[in-house]
Amino acid sequence: MKKISSELENTRKTFSFFSKLKRNSQVSNDLWNEIEEALIQADVGVAATSRIIDVLQAKSKEMKLSTTQSILDLLKEQLKSSLQKFNTELDVGGNPSVWVFVGINGVGKTTSVAKVANWKSKENERVVLAAGDTFRAAASEQLEKWANSCGAELIKGADGADPSSVIYDATEYAYAKNASLVLADTAGRLHTKSNLMQELEKIVRVANKGSGTVTEILLVLDATVGQNGLQQAKSFAKSVDLTGIILTKLDGSSKGGIIFAIAEELAIPIKLIGIGEGEEDLIPFDPEVVVEKILDFQEDS
Amino acid sequence: MFDTLTDRLGNIFGRLRSRGKLSESDINAVMAEVRTALLEADVNLKVAKQFQDKVTERCLQIEIHTALNPAQQVIKVVNDELVEILGGQALNLAYSDKPPTVVLLAGLQGVGKTTNAVKLAKWFKSQGRNPILIGADLQRPAAVEQLRVLASDVDIPVFSENSDPVKVARNGLSEAISSGRDVLICDTAGRLSIDEDLMNEIRQISDEIKPHYTFLVIDAMTGQEAVNVADSFNEKLTLDGMILTKLDGDSRGGAALSAKTIVGKPIAFASTGEKVEDFEVFHPDRLASRILGMGDVLTLIEKAEDAFDQQEAQRAADRLLSGQFNLEDFLEQMQQLKKMGPLQNLVGMMPDLPQGVNPDDVDETRLTRVEAIITSMTYEERDRPEIIDGSRRSRIAKGSGTSIQEVSLLLKQFKEIKRMMKGAIKPSKKKKKKSSKGRKAKQNPRAKKEINKTANAFDLSEFGSFKN
Repeated sequence: MKKISSELENTRKTFSFFSKLKRNSQVSNDLWNEIEEALIQADVGVAATSRIIDVLQAKSKEMKLSTTQSILDLLKEQLKSSLQKFNTELDVGGNPSVWVFVGINGVGKTTSVAKVANWKSKENERVVLAAGDTFRAAASEQLEKWANSCGAELIKGADGADPSSVIYDATEYAYAKNASLVLADTAGRLHTKSNLMQELEKIVRVANKGSGTVTEILLVLDATVGQNGLQQAKSFAKSVDLTGIILTKLDGSSKGGIIFAIAEELAIPIKLIGIGEGEEDLIPFDPEVVVEKILDFQEDS
Repeated sequence: MFDTLTDRLGNIFGRLRSRGKLSESDINAVMAEVRTALLEADVNLKVAKQFQDKVTERCLQIEIHTALNPAQQVIKVVNDELVEILGGQALNLAYSDKPPTVVLLAGLQGVGKTTNAVKLAKWFKSQGRNPILIGADLQRPAAVEQLRVLASDVDIPVFSENSDPVKVARNGLSEAISSGRDVLICDTAGRLSIDEDLMNEIRQISDEIKPHYTFLVIDAMTGQEAVNVADSFNEKLTLDGMILTKLDGDSRGGAALSAKTIVGKPIAFASTGEKVEDFEVFHPDRLASRILGMGDVLTLIEKAEDAFDQQEAQRAADRLLSGQFNLEDFLEQMQQLKKMGPLQNLVGMMPDLPQGVNPDDVDETRLTRVEAIITSMTYEERDRPEIIDGSRRSRIAKGSGTSIQEVSLLLKQFKEIKRMMKGAIKPSKKKKKKSSKGRKAKQNPRAKKEINKTANAFDLSEFGSFKN
């Protein structure tokens, strides 16, 4: 958890993007333009940006704010509160609870499974990993290496095996061994492939058939993604009942601004964020970190 | 999902039809829309602005002909400019006199470097080369195993060892030389452009193997960040080109424009699917219309012209109009359609689809099933489907590996199409004949409408291929 503070330390010099504007200057059109550009460059998107600015303008007028600083502070609060209104607890109400990790290719599903396994194992929970990515070459080997390092057990099938059965087996194994949590990895799938989305529906259906209960279906989203992130979230939400989002790769210079459009249109909470490659670099969602990151621009970088 | 640029511009142009030349304020209004379209396609803000300025200048110079639609003219300028930037000089791949020709791949995590290393190797193999892959990604667990499995499927050797990435690269190069391989492709670990240590490491790898080509692998779904990523990698490695991945998704791919503008080097290859053979030389014109959200109209027309046998189409149209259209004709039409390429790609290229049709939900396997059903019929049955009774249905279902329900559904739909065709087309016989060619259909709104009508009549959703 010390990561959070160092992350915050880095972003303390926030609003550097706006440094060209004098803090106490009167509000001008330049300010609104700069805010607009900052949000767009953070991948917030054109439509969501103009909605955010509309609200901000209305509120600042109502509150009779006249300085740049006060408006920037209000913006920060507004962005934070739009992400804060959701319940970000992870549900462990099953026996065992099954958390399914879904997403497109290369967003960091396997790594996220490993990091959650590490975190939960450290809390002395008995965790079983299900190597449900039977498609990508060597995906289960990747998970196996992580499993060995954190002491979680791994259930895997043959390459090309039915992922539903692998996850089902892991659930039954967990039940028999009194493990409380099953973390199910799945193959990366583009949300546009309807056959693969149907496979995902089946995975969730089958996982619920045995002793376990699917209590979390977590969409792993790469913070580098642009406007397509919304489309991804919509498509996955249409196939399965997403309970939350894991926003990965926030340690780069990417901002992940698409989450505002997702929060607004789909009301899916962000539950975890990935802030580095190490085992402990997946932390509970903190709107402060995300919003600071979005507003922290080095101009002309 | 998105309004197409054509729709957006249509509104603006509606009121300027009569004028001979676009005024500066008209153009500014148009360019604001162009910019929004670019931003929605994930083109970086600064790149979009730069682009906007350039195009504005060009637009000020065009004369608007009254015979032509000004929206089309502006779109053409925008499109041409986009194609020019995205394309520019193509990558001229020259092989080294002193083999191996060394290729280094770099990029962020999860963009598809390992998969594309193998795809690229397979491509070189298809060019008659003897590639070897070097697995220098020792960071991600099992990355080298992944490379080995993928490479063994296409029978390409892999070199790696458990040391450090720079050493692996160096020893890989000697291995390539001693085993007489003429192309070396080095896969590396994904790294963030702001990670000093790892960026220095890849610089060291590069110094060690002195690549002839360094490619940045970039995800078509990348957002605004593409600019910084391209810039950092280019600064550290001096890129020779890019490989654009995940184009089989539905992102508009504006990141490519951002990266291309920054790096100035060609986008050499595009990855369009998960299979090793889903890899092709990059087509700037296709991506340009995708970024603008206009569908790949030109490619579609070209394809239609290539594949469609005019005479055959004419014959089918005649039969259709005379009410003699049978299942055999239907089968032929379907096979013509398939010649034009994967159906999903084809549907994606159409600029305005019948309502509720999402190209991504089109499932070509359904067509194959229909084909199987028809080919399991006797010629007599194809000619006179009405003779197909219960026992014939069950035979056809068995023969085609489908179900009686599917056979019945096909027959029912065929009947419906035939009925619709008869009713809808007869009054405008000439126009229907013309519309057998895509380009003409486009210019003829009425014929187009009829095609849409028939497309709706042949409701593929009953085959379960559309989700909604």
